[in-house]
Parts: sequence; C-alpha cells; structure tokens
Amino acid sequence: MEENLNRHSKISAADLERLSKEAQDEATPSSAKIIWSEFKADKPAMVALVIVIGFILFVMIASLFINTPKMMETDIMNYNASPGTNGFLLGADTGGRSVGQQLIVGARNSIGIAIGLTVISSTFGICWGLISGYFNGYIDWGMQRVYDFMMMLPMTMMIIVLVTIIKNYNAVTLTLIFSIFYWEGTSRLIRSRTLSESEKDYVAAAKTSGTSNFKIIFKEIMPNISSLIIVDTTLSFAENIGVETGLSYLGFGLPIQTPSLGTLIANANDPNNITQYWWTWLPAALLIIVLCLSISYIGQVVRRSADASQRHGIDA
Amino acid sequence: MWKTILRRILIMIPEVIILSILVFLLAKAMPGDPFTGSINPKADPAQLHHLMKINGLYDPWYQQYWNWVVHLFHGNLGNSYQYQEPVTRLIGSRAVNTLWLALFTTVLTYCFALPMGMYAAKHEGKLPDSIIRVYTYVTFCIPFFVILVIGVWIFGYVLGWFPTTGSISSTANPGLPSIGSRFYHILLPGVLGALFGTVNVVQYLRSEVIDAKRSDYVRTARSKGVPEKDIYRHHIFRNSLLPIAAFAGYSITGLLNGSLFTETVFSYPGMGLLFINSISYRDYTVITALVLIYGILNLLGTLLSDIILSIVDPRIRIQ
Repeated sequence: MEENLNRHSKISAADLERLSKEAQDEATPSSAKIIWSEFKADKPAMVALVIVIGFILFVMIASLFINTPKMMETDIMNYNASPGTNGFLLGADTGGRSVGQQLIVGARNSIGIAIGLTVISSTFGICWGLISGYFNGYIDWGMQRVYDFMMMLPMTMMIIVLVTIIKNYNAVTLTLIFSIFYWEGTSRLIRSRTLSESEKDYVAAAKTSGTSNFKIIFKEIMPNISSLIIVDTTLSFAENIGVETGLSYLGFGLPIQTPSLGTLIANANDPNNITQYWWTWLPAALLIIVLCLSISYIGQVVRRSADASQRHGIDA
Repeated sequence: MWKTILRRILIMIPEVIILSILVFLLAKAMPGDPFTGSINPKADPAQLHHLMKINGLYDPWYQQYWNWVVHLFHGNLGNSYQYQEPVTRLIGSRAVNTLWLALFTTVLTYCFALPMGMYAAKHEGKLPDSIIRVYTYVTFCIPFFVILVIGVWIFGYVLGWFPTTGSISSTANPGLPSIGSRFYHILLPGVLGALFGTVNVVQYLRSEVIDAKRSDYVRTARSKGVPEKDIYRHHIFRNSLLPIAAFAGYSITGLLNGSLFTETVFSYPGMGLLFINSISYRDYTVITALVLIYGILNLLGTLLSDIILSIVDPRIRIQ
C-alpha cells in the first residue's frame, strides 16, 4: 500500500506521517472521547460516575458473600434490632433479618433488573422506531396504531395483572413483563429522528446505489443517531430503577423471599415500622434517591456532550 | 378540524374493543376463583361447582365475553364478589375520590408550574433559569412513590400535620366540615404530586415563551412602547397558554397511573387502592371494569390533548 502510494505520488513517507497526524488532530474526536472529556471537565459528574460504578461493583461483589436463603430466615430474637446492636450495622427488620445485607442483595437485584429492562426495552424500542420511521407509509401507519394501543393500556395495572397470572415468575420473567410495556418512549423518540434522517441526501444516495434497506437502517442511519440513542438509554436506566422498585413496593414485583429495594421500602406500609423503626425502610428510600439522581446526572452530562454547543470539555 | 377529531374517534373504537377482549381474557386467566376463599372451607365441592355454574364461569370464553359486553351496555358490570355490591356503584363511590385528587393535583401543578416556566423563560440563561432547571430535573428523576413514602413519614407521622389514611375523618359533620375534612385529606398527596410533577409544563412553557420572545409580534409590541410587564402578561403568556392547556389531558393519564401508588401510600379509598385490593381477592368483575375504565380514561385524556393541540396548531390537522 505504502509502496504503491510512493510510486504514484511525490509525498514522502515522513510527509505522509505528518499529514495523517495533522488530519487526525483536526478530525472530530470519537463520541467516547468527547463524553470522557466532558466528565473530566465536570467534577460533580465525575463524582456521580464514581459513585454509580463503585456502588454497582460493590453490591455485585458483596452480594456474592451473602447467603440469601439464610439471610431471609426469621430470627425472633433480633426482632427490630436497632442499628449497631447484635452486629447489625443497619439494624434488623420485623423478622429479625439484617437490613444491611438485604440492602446489598436488594440493590443488586433492583439494579440488575433495571439493566436488563433497559437493554431489552431500549433495543426493541430502537428497532421499532428505526423501522417505523424509515419505511414511513403503511408499515409506519400500522406500527403507529400498535403504539397508540400500547399507550392506551394502563401500564402499572397490566403489569400487576400479568404478574398475578404467571405462577412461578422470577427476575427474568419479571424483566420480560416490564419490557413489554416500557419501549414506547424510546421508540417515539427514535422514530421522529429517523423520519427526518431518512430525508437526508446520504439515505437517498444509498437507496439509488442499491443498498439494502436493512443495511441503510442499521449501518447508516443508526450510527448517525447514536448520540441520541446513548442519551436516551442512560436516562431510561434511571427511570427503570423506579419501575421495578415501585412494583415491588406495591407487592407485585419480586417475590417476598427475594429482597429488592422496593420490598424494603414496603416495610413502611406498617405504621409501626414507619414511626418507630425507620431503619427498616429509610436507607433503601435514600439509596434509590441517590442512585436515580446520580444516574440522571450522568445522563445529563452525556446529553450535553451530544450537543456541541453545550459542551464544557472539548470544543469540536 | 372536525375531520381530525372524527378520525381519532373512529380509530378509538377498535382500540377499545381490543382492550376489552384483552382485559377480559387476562382476568379469566388469573389463577384461583372468587368463591373458594370466601365460603366455608368444609363446603361441599358440588356446591362450589353449582356456584360457578350459575355465575356462568364454565361457559366458553366468547360466550362469557359476549354476556359481559351485553351487560356492559345495560350499565351492568356485574357484582363484586368481594363486597357483594354492584360494581358500578362500588367504582362510582371510589371514582369520585380519585377524580377529586387528580383534579386538585392538576390545578395545583399548573399553579406551581406556570409562574416557574414564565420566570425561567424571562431570565433565560441566567441563575433563576438554571435553578428552575435543576429543580425540575431533580423532581423528575426521583421515583414518585419514594417521595410519597418519605412525605407521609415526615408530614404525616413525625410532624403530624396531615392525616395519613382515609379520605374523610369519621367524626366530621355533614356539610361544610365534611368538605373541609375531604380537602384536608387530599392536601398532602395533592401538594406532593404537584411539586414533583411540574417538569413537563415548565419545560414546554419555557421553550414556548422563549420562541415567542423572539417573534415579530412581540417586537412590534415592544417598538410601540408596550411596557415589558404587559408584553409578558397579555401577548406572550396568552399565546403560549393554549398548547400548555393541552398538557392537562396527558397529565391526567399520568396521574391515573400514579393513583395506584398515591392511594396505597395514603390508604386513600379511590380506584387505585380498590384495584390493589381486588387483585388479592381475585375479584374479576372489579378488575376488568377498572382496567377498562383506566384504559378509556387514558384514551380520552390523549384525545382531549390532541384536539386542543389541533385547534392551536393547524399543522397537525388532517387535510
């Protein structure tokens, strides 16, 4: 290649190196680089990022050392033990179960489900939006009617009904049930962007040169709206933490024997717990607030880096 | 404009039919039956079969569905197995509570959000704008049920300012005191809902007003010498208000979904709490009726918003 180049042009190898280095410096940095420099420029965002990643790693690793069935055994002697007594760092609940351990395992379960839900529902929503926006015609019309219908369904109620129908559900089935109802927001966003993107010249050029629709959608349009996809996924991750915990709070999320941040907050439904034994539910509530705020804040930073005019880091 | 509305309504009809079939089948698929738990465990199984039979629970599903739809059009949603009361009357008494709460929250949300949105837009890019943006974003991303639980703990239990259960005090006299007591019970959930539900209205109003600020009619008004205060009050605000009003429809659907949480936390006897209770008692008739009602209310809320928007913005009308 280089030999070939040298034979036909007068540019020497040293010049070529210099030129390509210059071109590299001038090129728009990759989106990962932009996002990273945005985090470096914004200290609170860095803190949020460290908190979230550190916390997720912590609960993932710590929960490996906790024997869940043993933890969920009732221990009458430690009924509502207050924090710091009998070796319970965060106290125990009405069944004498350690709140601290439940918090770790519960956070792992809740975050795991939120990640699963985000991956499944975002993937589906993105594909739905891309296809619906690209084909624009009868296909779009039909898909829009399905979308309208899904929007009409009272989501929380439908999930509760489905959860009661399925007899032995676990975290995986629960995630799938949630995913049925949580792709609409993403799909609408992606569709409207795809609609405007499909009218651009590069799509027309690809069509005339005979590129297949599949290739145009996933290899040409999708990379061009990737920043939107990243932003939307981060923000919906924060939202999805609220989905599972909310339903577990109502008693229709994870089964009782599987702790979740929602079931811990549900301890507050007992007037005794909420007034006297605050440690049974308040830590979980505060944890959800901190997690959601940090993740959304990260989402805001990512959103800012997607829009060149708002960046604090690299000016591209 | 009428074409748009007519078309929307025509699309609604199949949607409602599919919803009703779906809801009916899902309720049928729920495990258990409404009788086993409620009668004496020593009762004769044959008697149970008899009960199931006279209630038509052994018929094929389409037969049951058809009976249900025919009854529906006669205004008869069946009897609640749990309360032994006609479902229409049961839901009617609960719906009033839910709708009062939703209405109060919506009005209060606008009371908080309109000044905030206007103020943020007026001081675009300055400190008040960023404070309001941070506020809306913080309130938006915390799951609402967590706020409710912490709110009821602080203001209901610790400070004791507000009642924590029910929709009316049992000792309230009829007349004015009972209305006062009802209001007192919806005050805390309403205020919390409004404080934490402003994001849509604030953001939308803000961008509307910022657009309007740069439009020609505002420049004309300014060059005529209209005072700045009047420009905002009479020119910009009026023009930005209608699209905002359209959000009321969407916000009602959001509140209905949230009512499950609000009513559980506050033990407020509305439709949401009724639904949660009916699920644990397998009270099919109530469950199907409630899901259907919520679905139709969602649909009407969206329809209302779309109609207002199509009046305001001729671009989205169908030719």
